[in-house]
Amino acid sequence: MDLANFLIQILNSVQYGLLLFMLAAGLTLIFGIMGVVNLAHGSFYMLGAYLAYSLSGLFGSLTLAILGGAVLSVLFGLALEWLLFRHFYKRDHLDQVLLTFGLIYIFEEVRSMLWGDDVHGVTIPDFLGASIALTDTLSYPVYRLFMSGVCVVLAIGLYLLISKTRLGMKIRAGAFNRDMTESLGINIKLIHAIVFALGVALATVAGMIAAPISSVYPNMGSQVLIMCFVVVVIGGIGSVRGALISALLVGLVDTFGKVLLPQVSGMLVYMLMAAVLLWKPEGLFKQ
Amino acid sequence: MIKANLETLPRSIQFVLALGAVALAAFPFVGTDFYTQMVTRMMILGIFAMSLDLLQGVTGLVSLGHAAYFGLAGYALAFLTPAGEAVSLWWTLPLAVLASGLAALIIGFFVVRTHGIYFIMVTMAFAQMVFFLFFDNKALGGSDGIYINFKPEATLFDLENKRVFYYFTLACLLGVYAFLRHLLWSPFGRALSGIRVNEHRMRAMGFGTFGYKLTAFTLAGALAGLAGYLWGAQTGYVNPELMGFHMSAHAIMMVILGGMGNFAGAIVGAFAFEYVLHAFKDLPAIGAFNTGKHWQLWMGLFIVAVVILAPRGLLGLTGRFLNRKEAGDA
Amino acid sequence: MREVLLSAKKLTKRFGGLAAVNEVSVDLWRDRIHAVIGPNGAGKSTLTNLLSGDLPPTSGQITLGGHDVTGGSPEAISRQGLGRSYQKTNIFPPFTVWENVRLAAQSRDAQQPWNPLRWLGRATNSATANARAERAIELAGLQARRNTVSGAASHGEQRQLEIAMTLATEPQVLLLDEPLAGMGVAEAERMVELLLQLKKDHAMLLVEHDIDAIFTLADHLTVMVNGTVIASGLPADIRADRGVQAAYLGEDH
Repeated sequence: MDLANFLIQILNSVQYGLLLFMLAAGLTLIFGIMGVVNLAHGSFYMLGAYLAYSLSGLFGSLTLAILGGAVLSVLFGLALEWLLFRHFYKRDHLDQVLLTFGLIYIFEEVRSMLWGDDVHGVTIPDFLGASIALTDTLSYPVYRLFMSGVCVVLAIGLYLLISKTRLGMKIRAGAFNRDMTESLGINIKLIHAIVFALGVALATVAGMIAAPISSVYPNMGSQVLIMCFVVVVIGGIGSVRGALISALLVGLVDTFGKVLLPQVSGMLVYMLMAAVLLWKPEGLFKQ
Repeated sequence: MIKANLETLPRSIQFVLALGAVALAAFPFVGTDFYTQMVTRMMILGIFAMSLDLLQGVTGLVSLGHAAYFGLAGYALAFLTPAGEAVSLWWTLPLAVLASGLAALIIGFFVVRTHGIYFIMVTMAFAQMVFFLFFDNKALGGSDGIYINFKPEATLFDLENKRVFYYFTLACLLGVYAFLRHLLWSPFGRALSGIRVNEHRMRAMGFGTFGYKLTAFTLAGALAGLAGYLWGAQTGYVNPELMGFHMSAHAIMMVILGGMGNFAGAIVGAFAFEYVLHAFKDLPAIGAFNTGKHWQLWMGLFIVAVVILAPRGLLGLTGRFLNRKEAGDA
Repeated sequence: MREVLLSAKKLTKRFGGLAAVNEVSVDLWRDRIHAVIGPNGAGKSTLTNLLSGDLPPTSGQITLGGHDVTGGSPEAISRQGLGRSYQKTNIFPPFTVWENVRLAAQSRDAQQPWNPLRWLGRATNSATANARAERAIELAGLQARRNTVSGAASHGEQRQLEIAMTLATEPQVLLLDEPLAGMGVAEAERMVELLLQLKKDHAMLLVEHDIDAIFTLADHLTVMVNGTVIASGLPADIRADRGVQAAYLGEDH
């Protein structure tokens, strides 16, 4: 593999890893702070992609679509939390698994009823449509760099939110000791709603920015969900830092695996997970 | 902690179950071929659900990847059956069950060291790994799956006859039920129940809980394999979906629906779940609205409703109505 | 004949930079009750968890019945002959009192989860386990309540059950974490009597806050403050020690 190809694979790994991070961060936060597992997390990603398709058609611009979709997803997340999820924070994981599995069915069917089952494409905006030449024959699409860029910005934003703001401090306090935080007069219910909506939004926006590259198709949610779970398991539940490192690791293993060992590439990530589990059954960075 | 229902079944429920067994025995004489096949399938799923109940209801381990062992045995039969003739039941069945058990042992070794939500996630992950192994490889049938052209040969009886197959499945169902009920009250079963209720204390008392959980996981996998073999034999077709995440979640639903921890609930739940699923798929259209096509929506709403309204399942509802002894909601 | 059944040397447990237990050494002899007292946060619970295997020590050594069990799992240490009761009642609420103790006693039968023979036969048919359980129930005085669902039993009965379960595993060394916690006067008296009765055949570590009970029961007293042992010796001497009075006993006595 020559240098240019290697560079391309690195960039692809990072881009895929960062995308996974967006999903895993939401999942790990929601689980770490509210203790609820959400199998329907992949459905938000799918929803994002379909929103990108519809809204970019409506607004004529992907950028506007992403912004609009982000707002919609926050509202959707808040509504879902208020209606359903907040009643399940104290329930058995088993009940949560079933509830969210039922939701997957519901979301799938609603999607089918609203958008049908065809595969759709989303066009990349013109100003992002170019490619950067790496060699005479190889070039790298600017849009993929844009994707990574957006993820990095959001990741930094998340980090700043959690470690530097008062809201972030309240979130961390709530994760650490719920009763104590409540008795300090902090509205823990609001915190939970915000964290949940944030998780939903991250997943939805991930789907939106990925849509032009991955296309928009029915099963995209469940495919990404399992990778997301693997990332969270490897990284350690509740650890956003763990999710980032793990997501990049998974991105590397998966991308290079497909290129170097295509016959077993599907299994490589799971083997990585198995190896991590032998060494650290609770993930690399368990809180 | 996962609460189990009615480990000791009250007499009234025992009576109802006995009636059910008699009804099952008599059914082929009153039903048509179509319904005989349908009930056979329900019984196969009953075995599958019971195997999961051992893991989930008794030991407290929620596996989102149990279907992997179900599907593997079906595939084992598919690989062992040549295109042009039948194979013998008597060595392929044990071999398929062994294959599933072995897979469960290997995966269990990694998975059983995790707890709580991790366990749920890694069981799902490993099952997906198995799914993709078959889905991505043409040599293993790929996404199209594999056909099993001839039902296994049993010499003593003819499994191609639908009634005979029905009774063979019924015998397996009752045999597995009896075995598991027996196991529940054995030293091994008591230890598993203890692990479900308070694993920490079990360890403090000197029980090597990893070994117990791994054994339960392996045994559950092997029994799921028995069901998977029967499924493959009956339908004549296996595909990766049999090992998929939806199948695993359906199994969890069956166990919950009927009531966990006593195996009878698993059978009831399997029947109820399959019935509901087909009812939704066969819903008549309302005007232009193709109700049956959107069965996933009804199924999803049904699942959500059950979780919210009847988390201890059907037997739990009846149990609460009939039984006063179950005071352990501490 | 007094033998040292458990010996812990310079046990230390660090969490990050903080030493919850700092170079604590403890010896337990048969027919002796060794009490550990100290204010909240002194490290008593951590020490108990280190001895029972619930926490691995950062450094130090634990010898049980002549074997080095440092870093051993809770089940391994239990099998070496250590039994532990918990401050926060740690039972099996859905099971009856009898089943709780029987299950504890079952732990001493051959453990072979792989063995299909252990999948057959009713657990309640094991004569050995039943005998152990009977003895433990008798000692703890719970015969009358054996068929009560343990989750529905009174607090005092649940504390008795804690002890019964610990005894059913027939340990040589007992670690008792606040056995008197939350007990009324009569119940506490019964428990003290029981503990004195158990002394003969066991080496006992007792963590307690009830100072009167401590001075009735303890043959040896260790005082911990902030993870360190500040005094260790005969109760009468400790009681008179000015430093200890200042740090812990205060106006209590």
